[in-house]
Amino acid sequence: MPSPVATHAPARAALAAAGLTKRYGERVALRDVSFAAAAGELVAVIGPNGAGKTTLLSILAGIQRPDAGEVTRPPREIGWVPQQPAVYSKLSVEENLRLFARLEKVADVDAVVDGMLGQTGLRERAGDELGTLSGGNKQRVNIAVGLLAEPPVLLLDEPSASLDPRQRARLWEFVGAQAAGGTAVIFSTHDVQEAERYADRVLVLADGELLFAGTAAELAAAVQPSGGDAAGPRDFETAFVQFLRERGH
Amino acid sequence: MRWLLLKDLRILRRSPLLVALLAIYPVVIALLIGFALSRGPDKPSIALVDEIPHTQRSFDVAGSKLNADEYLPSLLRSVNVVRARTRADAQRLVRDGKVLGAVVLPPDITQKLATGTEQPTIEVIYNGEDAVKQRYVDSVLRARMAEANVALSQRFQQATAGYLNLLLNGGTLNLLGRGVDILGLKNAHAIVAGAIAGLPPGSPLRTSLGQVAAFGRLAIDNLGASKNVLRSVGQPLAVRQTIVGGRRTPLDTFAAAISVTVSLMFLTLLLAAGLLALEREEHAFSRLVRGLVSRVGLLVEKIGLAALCAFAVALLMLLALGGFFIALDWSRFPQWLLALAFGAVAFAALGVALGGLAREVRAASLLAFLVSLPIAFLALVPSGAVSNGLYDVVRAVSAIFPFRATLQALDAALYGASPGLPGPLLHLAALAVAYTALARVALRRFG
Repeated sequence: MPSPVATHAPARAALAAAGLTKRYGERVALRDVSFAAAAGELVAVIGPNGAGKTTLLSILAGIQRPDAGEVTRPPREIGWVPQQPAVYSKLSVEENLRLFARLEKVADVDAVVDGMLGQTGLRERAGDELGTLSGGNKQRVNIAVGLLAEPPVLLLDEPSASLDPRQRARLWEFVGAQAAGGTAVIFSTHDVQEAERYADRVLVLADGELLFAGTAAELAAAVQPSGGDAAGPRDFETAFVQFLRERGH
Repeated sequence: MRWLLLKDLRILRRSPLLVALLAIYPVVIALLIGFALSRGPDKPSIALVDEIPHTQRSFDVAGSKLNADEYLPSLLRSVNVVRARTRADAQRLVRDGKVLGAVVLPPDITQKLATGTEQPTIEVIYNGEDAVKQRYVDSVLRARMAEANVALSQRFQQATAGYLNLLLNGGTLNLLGRGVDILGLKNAHAIVAGAIAGLPPGSPLRTSLGQVAAFGRLAIDNLGASKNVLRSVGQPLAVRQTIVGGRRTPLDTFAAAISVTVSLMFLTLLLAAGLLALEREEHAFSRLVRGLVSRVGLLVEKIGLAALCAFAVALLMLLALGGFFIALDWSRFPQWLLALAFGAVAFAALGVALGGLAREVRAASLLAFLVSLPIAFLALVPSGAVSNGLYDVVRAVSAIFPFRATLQALDAALYGASPGLPGPLLHLAALAVAYTALARVALRRFG
């Protein structure tokens, strides 16, 4: 049986975190979390509400400082896509991309913006104000802004939370293409099926502690068979819930 | 930071309602104040019931002919007179709200004035429904009555002085159409002195006539001073105005300074607080501050933009007031710019401190609005209006907000009023630094 907390430090880690700890007063939001992500790898951070998923991503993104521990890569080299579209609704798609490209000090703003409009499939709506776009299209622009500086690591905080199934599928197609291009993608999600389907590895957080790091199959295998189901749980979500229960969460 | 500034300007341009409000608001304020200052208050309408018979409009005071029509204009100056035939008509006009009050001149007023001993009574009718109106009419009529009393008193003084002069120097008194010769004290004294000189030494009459002569001299000396005494009785108190605390700003200039400061405050606070809160509302804040722009840089950008916009609008407002409504000293223009610039920056710093506490534009705007009104009211509380202890508290509270210092700076810039420009400018600079630091703390805590 694999070790529940196998950090799986890849040989060529695009991003590594070591001993990350964050406290809010008496409450420990993150306790000694270490992991690494390789280039081109898709890593899902899953866990119940209040597990510390957003805190972990905020620290990786450089929005918050950890009380202890370190991240190998500086925030400027990490693309950040917050849960809510962090773009300006009064600006057009192109104006948003152009603004953030300039703030990112991208060398060739026109080329990068043009390339990103092509990748997101929003070229025809480049002149439309963000406020007039659907949630899915807004999220595509949100992700595109995170990718403007062509970062080696992309962080996404619950990227599919407000999307319908069709938009969600297009989103993962887009994110998968980025990973295929060599970008390490770390995303948090409440949808464990999504983590199973799209992530190469999952990190299970609960009460600020990293309980598991490995593939979805390894997590399912780590769960004890229970009741009449001798082969273990039939789906990943059941396995995940049982895993948490077995560890007192 | 340049790109952020351009972004904010673009967003403002695409918010026509907001920009229209920001532009129209100070223009409306300027126009209101301008018209109020240039037109002055409308005359209050007062009903007049004149019951004095035609035959008694002229009356005699100590031999001088006076006419009631001569004094009515001063009694009713600065009011719009509505003639009423009877007291009942006047009451109806007051009750219906057609006039603010009514004055009833009784028929015996001239007769009583002519006696010099009886005091005639003028009746004033108010509408008791509105205490403010009643107080206003009361103060207007009392002021006019005081002026009429002074005018009549001067005529009485002149007449009395004539009598005293006749008594002192002698002459002819017109009594019921007949001239009566009056010897006068000085002539009587001269006659008595001549008689004493003609008496033989040791005459027993010398002592008696000497007493009469001494009394005559005393009466002459004292009646000589009677004119001054009469003037003092007619107007016991004279007023001499002394202004302390530097130059006095004319009311219209001070009103302009207040209106510009109020507009500057609203515009800058709302803009600065709203622009910063917008970054949170759009969730762009976390993206920006993770290396794209520093938190202090973000604050400086918001302060700069809000201050610049409000500065431009306030300057236009001042130019409009000075160009069309009130006389301003244009040679002090560079000082206007300084006062407006420092005030705008201090208000903008307060605005970002408020914006740092809010996560939504609406909440930030509400907060800015709620803070604005009390600080403006507190800063305008004059000394003496409240107890000393409370005034110290008011002054201390006002000192930690930019309104009072901006008003002082603008007042000094427009008219050179005390306490001068450098003090308020330093005060505003210190407030700007303090509020920026506070905003930085708020962003760390609530960002």
